[in-house]
Amino acid sequence: MSWWNRPGPSLAVGAFVLLLAGIALAFWWVPEDVDQGFSQKIFYIHVPIALTAYACFGWGAWKSFRLLWKGQEKYDLESYTAIHIGVIFGVLTLVTGSIWARISWNVWWTWEERQLVVFLILFLFYSAYFMLRYSIDPGPLRQRISAVYALFGAVLIPVSFLAVRLLGTLLHPNPLLTTRGPQMSGSMLGTFLVCFAGVIALGFALYQTELAGKRLDRRLRELRKALA
Amino acid sequence: MIAYLQDVAVLTRKDLLLELRSRETVPAMLLFVVAALVIFHFAVPEDLEPGTEEVVAKGLLWIAVLFTALLGLGRAFASEREQGVLDGLVLAPADRSAIWLSKSLSVIAFLLLMEAVALPAFALFYTTVDGPTVAAVLLADIGIACVGSLLSAMALASKTRELILPLLFLPLAVPIIVAGVGASIDDPGRFLGFLGLYDAIFAIISWAAFDYVVVE
Repeated sequence: MSWWNRPGPSLAVGAFVLLLAGIALAFWWVPEDVDQGFSQKIFYIHVPIALTAYACFGWGAWKSFRLLWKGQEKYDLESYTAIHIGVIFGVLTLVTGSIWARISWNVWWTWEERQLVVFLILFLFYSAYFMLRYSIDPGPLRQRISAVYALFGAVLIPVSFLAVRLLGTLLHPNPLLTTRGPQMSGSMLGTFLVCFAGVIALGFALYQTELAGKRLDRRLRELRKALA
Repeated sequence: MIAYLQDVAVLTRKDLLLELRSRETVPAMLLFVVAALVIFHFAVPEDLEPGTEEVVAKGLLWIAVLFTALLGLGRAFASEREQGVLDGLVLAPADRSAIWLSKSLSVIAFLLLMEAVALPAFALFYTTVDGPTVAAVLLADIGIACVGSLLSAMALASKTRELILPLLFLPLAVPIIVAGVGASIDDPGRFLGFLGLYDAIFAIISWAAFDYVVVE
């Protein structure tokens, strides 16, 4: 079962193919959006990236939960790596969202785009995660504190989403979010799903690669210590 | 259950007694919040329209309350740290979450004292404080104390204690500010409900998580 032990390369190839197909579909198959025109096509990258970031944060929180539950050290590295990848995708979400906002509303940042506001909060939260992690000496306590903080993140996501949503309904009764999410035509949905699969595969490939690298790193350090 | 509550009562009494004798944290918080309210006067233009002024002022009140709470939270575990009390408490035959609960209760007590000065001062300087605002502040205190006590204990393990606490706390406080300001200026019912939900969720997970963040 070599694939199962090292899924990174196959996932990376799969992600490449799917993303290529997704981009081709987005540009040549899906008809142009009536309201937003060509710029709407960033939706096929922006939204999958955002969802992948959420998936990474969720995965990191799940691994944290396992760490606290089982007390096995391996979950620490897995949780940390998932959050690491999640932050990268989170930043990409902010960047692509910002580009979209620039083209749609002629501003680089708008507080009206509530999804992006949630991502900004999460970006601050998970940046603090790294600061916290690297200011504690390595050991079981650091693992548990990182895990607890990661779990807080998984709770903060829906809570801040709700908060920003509540605020939104007060200022703008008709959020943009619902107007583009579920109301997709067949070709839109198909393209979106291909892109989503591609980005998720990319995220998972990055996660596996990073994890393998970190494990190797740690193994090397252990060997060095044993030799010294 | 009774034993647990007794532990909490003893530990809370210890914190309050320590503060009563040393008078370190609460006076600092009182001065800070008044100073913050004064500073804010100079941060906003004076010739705002009447309606706008009230809304802006309510926002400032929430900022002042939050940052003053942060000041107090930074000191929450100071005595434990300086005298090595935490090790003793952890070794004591009591549930460790009792430490968290007692700390949250004493933080709530400090916050209430601070607000007993801050709200009248705000009413004096800016605009009247209505019922929903007071209710929102009280509900926010619970959330701030619950989350803050846990994060404060987490920050103890960090090398950059004072520096890291605000970074950890502020993103988690965004929903409190959203709901607090919302309840003060707009629709109290919905936002107070949200604050209650926030308190309940974060109180439960902080209570459950405290055990993991104090022991080596």
